[in-house]
Amino acid sequence: MVEANKEIVTMKGIYKSFLSVQALEDVDFTLNLGEIHALVGENGAGKSTLIKVLTGVEQPDAGVVMINQQKMTIRSPQHAQEIGISTVYQETNLCPDLSVAENILIGREPMKWGLVIDRKAMNDNARQILQELGVDLDVTQTLGECSVAIQQMAAIARALEISSVKVLVLDEPTSSLDMSEVDQLFQVIRKLRESGVGIIFITHFLDQVFEVSDRITVLRNGRLVGTYETTSLARLELIQKMIGRSLAAYDNMTQTKLESSQHIESEALLEAKEVGLAGSVEPFDLDLHAGEVVGLAGLLGSGRTEIARLLFGIDKPDKGVITMDGEVIKNYSPLDSIMRGIALCPEDRKAQGIVGELTVRENIILAMQADLGWFKYLGMKKQYEIAEEYIKLLNIVTPSADQPVKNLSGGNQQKVILARWLATNPRLLILDEPTRGIDVGAKAEIQKLVLLLAEEGKSCVFISSELDEVMRTSHRIVVLRDKEKTAEFSGDVDEPTIMHAIGGSE
Amino acid sequence: MKQRVKHFLLQHGPVLLSFVVFLLVYFAGSRMYPAMQKPQVFFNLFINDASLLLVSIGMTMVILTGEGGIDLSVGGVIALVSTASAALLRAGVNPYVVIPLMIVLGIAFGAMMGWIIQYLKVQPFIATLMGLYLARGVAYIISLTSVSIADPVYKQIALTPIYLPGMENVYIYPTSLVGPVMLLVTIYLSFFTRFGRTIYAMGSNEQSAILMGLPVARTKILVYAFSGFCSALGGIVFSMSLLAGYGQFASGMELDSIAAVVIGGTALTGGVGNVIGTLFGVLIHGTIVSILQFNGTLSSWWTRIGVGLLTLVAIGIQSIYTLRQKRS
Amino acid sequence: MKQTSFFRRIRDSRLFWPLAAWFIILAFNAIVMPDFFKVDIMDDPVYGKHFYGNIIDIFNNGAPLILVSIGMTLVIATGGVDLSVGAVIAISAAMGTVLINPALGNELIENRILTENTTRTPLPIIILADLAAGAACGLWNGLLVSRAKIQPMVATLILMVAGRGIAQLITNGQIMTIYYTPYFWFGNGYILYLPVSIYIVAVVCIIAWLLVRKTSIGLFTESVGTNATATYYSGINEKNVKLLAYTFCGICAAIAGLIFSSYVHSADGNNNGLYYELDAILAVVIGGTLMSGGRFSILASVVGAVIIWTFTVTVYSLGVPGQALLAAKAVLVMLVILLYSDYSRRLISRLFERKGSKHEAAS
Repeated sequence: MVEANKEIVTMKGIYKSFLSVQALEDVDFTLNLGEIHALVGENGAGKSTLIKVLTGVEQPDAGVVMINQQKMTIRSPQHAQEIGISTVYQETNLCPDLSVAENILIGREPMKWGLVIDRKAMNDNARQILQELGVDLDVTQTLGECSVAIQQMAAIARALEISSVKVLVLDEPTSSLDMSEVDQLFQVIRKLRESGVGIIFITHFLDQVFEVSDRITVLRNGRLVGTYETTSLARLELIQKMIGRSLAAYDNMTQTKLESSQHIESEALLEAKEVGLAGSVEPFDLDLHAGEVVGLAGLLGSGRTEIARLLFGIDKPDKGVITMDGEVIKNYSPLDSIMRGIALCPEDRKAQGIVGELTVRENIILAMQADLGWFKYLGMKKQYEIAEEYIKLLNIVTPSADQPVKNLSGGNQQKVILARWLATNPRLLILDEPTRGIDVGAKAEIQKLVLLLAEEGKSCVFISSELDEVMRTSHRIVVLRDKEKTAEFSGDVDEPTIMHAIGGSE
Repeated sequence: MKQRVKHFLLQHGPVLLSFVVFLLVYFAGSRMYPAMQKPQVFFNLFINDASLLLVSIGMTMVILTGEGGIDLSVGGVIALVSTASAALLRAGVNPYVVIPLMIVLGIAFGAMMGWIIQYLKVQPFIATLMGLYLARGVAYIISLTSVSIADPVYKQIALTPIYLPGMENVYIYPTSLVGPVMLLVTIYLSFFTRFGRTIYAMGSNEQSAILMGLPVARTKILVYAFSGFCSALGGIVFSMSLLAGYGQFASGMELDSIAAVVIGGTALTGGVGNVIGTLFGVLIHGTIVSILQFNGTLSSWWTRIGVGLLTLVAIGIQSIYTLRQKRS
Repeated sequence: MKQTSFFRRIRDSRLFWPLAAWFIILAFNAIVMPDFFKVDIMDDPVYGKHFYGNIIDIFNNGAPLILVSIGMTLVIATGGVDLSVGAVIAISAAMGTVLINPALGNELIENRILTENTTRTPLPIIILADLAAGAACGLWNGLLVSRAKIQPMVATLILMVAGRGIAQLITNGQIMTIYYTPYFWFGNGYILYLPVSIYIVAVVCIIAWLLVRKTSIGLFTESVGTNATATYYSGINEKNVKLLAYTFCGICAAIAGLIFSSYVHSADGNNNGLYYELDAILAVVIGGTLMSGGRFSILASVVGAVIIWTFTVTVYSLGVPGQALLAAKAVLVMLVILLYSDYSRRLISRLFERKGSKHEAAS
């Protein structure tokens, strides 16, 4: 351990706001050489913003950043690299059209005679770096052709390659890696810690936090909750600090759920028989009833979203039939689905959900207007009426219905999209990750709303990567693994049973 | 090995295809008009399209940067450089002063547009459109009519044929060598220097390039300066081959040049393609023009329709390739 | 407090910047050339009494550009661009001329037939044919963009290059002069002292406005331009929205071609509508619509086109030779760039803010 426990990064009183959102408020953070420091918090807690301030992508509105006890203004990512701060970002930020070797070494390529990039040396060099990480592959192939895990490894390799690296920031590096790859990564991180590098590790996998980190800093809603020694913090305590309230607040939902389960219709509203699409999801059976919430559980990429896409008609199945009200569905498109009374709250809010430039009002009436067609345009008065109604109903926090939706917080954007679909008065509502990246309060509101809608006689499909959430809201749970429906549970089941179904038999 | 070949084909498909298309078009032409089988006709392509090749090289690099990168000013810079050099030569300025001066002018002009694009956050389309208007406008301000060049040095460079060794009576002019030399320089720049690789990285994903700590701002300005440099060379070559300068010269060349780049397999989204493909794009353009000349009865507008159709075909092939690449 | 919001509303309005720019040019004219605004009544032997002056010229000569800008606005709002409008103008002009006298393209016919004041095709059919040609061109662009998923700039580049060839093909490569006088009415005639072209522009403007604000097309267009995927997920056929925008743009360009050829009494495949695509894009940008798509205002684009022509007429009136016009236009683009850059916007916003807060303090 070289110079262990020496403070390399000190951030004091950092403030940062975007438009109307206060992303960071008076946050302190320190990092020692030779430690792994986990940065945790719910989505939107401010972790990424804090890292962006440290790596020069964003400038803080107020506060001091000290590197090696010296006050610094980090001007750009380039500048951050020069002073030894290297980052692997959440979404792999590499160039898919360049080769793997280039992605690792671009900007620092070995040169021949100072004039020509020495491609052979570059490839050898890159191969060696990757081998140290335990990855062996053809470094001359284009990065875009590699798996996401390999791309992630390349990004880490790139961050490590900086010879003078003192601080390594890993922003959700494990989200696309499988177990053995994660182990590999941890070995590398530990090795780096031994050599005296300070590592900031952001993840939402709490197991990993406890496995690898020395200290934990918790953020919540842009504020600092505290910094703790990992050994002195219990798991439950950490969760409480992250979400800021005890889980008891959810308890009355179980009651609501029990009551609402009486209203489930026995006849199926929609039935899928042996429905599948090659390369997307294996044939599955599914029946949905009015008044019932069906949860789809499974890991990312297990086929949850694919089923939602098939039901909503974005993809057309190549096997099996879907019947609704006893009629076989022939036309697959979002518009046809809307006319049948199906609605989908898509997984990726930013890319598939909100239309940022448009106002809250326009976003809310969009799907309804699509249903009405091109020439039956809703009058302005009617539009405002509908918008105001849903703003009130869903508690959407916005200065007015004329606010561009991009200026709203994540939770309120999600509610706007919900409003868009509720306005079409659907009979079947599919919610794909409706609570991702929004604060805990809004999460609970949305979960309650789903149960309420079911009680009103709507059929709901609820998809989420958070199992406890699925369990809380769903009357029936369908489990998916590797693009296949593997199990279906109704009534009381305990978490381990479902976990087992999600994770497979091993 | 098979895997390697497949990789290679997938990566360089569109460029290889432009080569194949060129061979096909030229072969078809020479079957129809046996006179096209003469080597001189082939080398005439380099003589006639010398300026187009030069500006297309610059255009390729600009388009490779992605994010809507495009340089509409190339034709305008040719007009400006030809007129300005003709006027300076008429005023008795030494040609060895005029040529470097024009090159500096081109570089400065390009750098100015690059600066506006980078720091005023103006769309390249709009900024270089201003460049086009400005360059042509200034050319007209210098002279409303065509200015002829009588300078002996220019005349000598323009009219001295270089006979190619090993072939009888096959010649090119010194000016037709500028393009191929520039091509070699650009191949070096794009594949073997950090400047070139940064261009590809930006075209692939500019945000990533910034986060990777690459000098994106500097490179963007440099790439427009490079295009300005190529256009200035094109302008000098143009004025030498016609021994005149005029604001109306090279009108519409920006379009021919973009078409040549696209036919050559460079994606307008940036990051994919290279200048070798652009060479074939230019040669295809030249071949179509010569076929029409040989025909005589087919009128000149068929060139445009032909170039348009070829662009369509090239884009069709490109999109098939991107689909394939995504799937594999 | 009310006044603050009033100021802000003016500043945030889409029309504020274009109108401000226009008034600056007009103010400049008022100071430098007091005669600029003079409007006389002229008694024309053919077209009767009508107004005459720079202001009338701006709208009469600018009509084709205004029309093209209206179409271009919709296309740019979907996140695309149409580079082919200049070529479509040329095609439309060529179509009209050839339909009047198919012999025009053939030099061997004796002169008398060529200069006859007759038409081989009834005028309404000529107009319909022109519109159909424009719609077909727009449809082609729209299909390439929406169905074949080719980037708009490339997709329309094809017709931009090939279109002028097609126009020349139609006219057999000749510059054709028209001798059929009723055809001249579109570009030279007058109704109630005002040029016919102004009425045509007004009608197209109203149709466009009705389409955009009284049906859901406007909302869908803005939605597609902002986020095409989310729009599709909301049940809107985003492909047809794009198709419609390009087709409408093609029709606008065809009308522009009709007025253009009528005004100059001829059709020239090479030069009709030259640089119109660039001017139209410029007009839309001046109108404040982002080239990335989304929010748009047709009226603001019209003002943008009027600015370009006011500037052009101003430059001519100042006695600048026509050939140097391009350089002057470059200066205009430069001014637009500077005025619209984030830096200057922030500066001016700050000035307004200060003014606003003063009012706030006073009230």
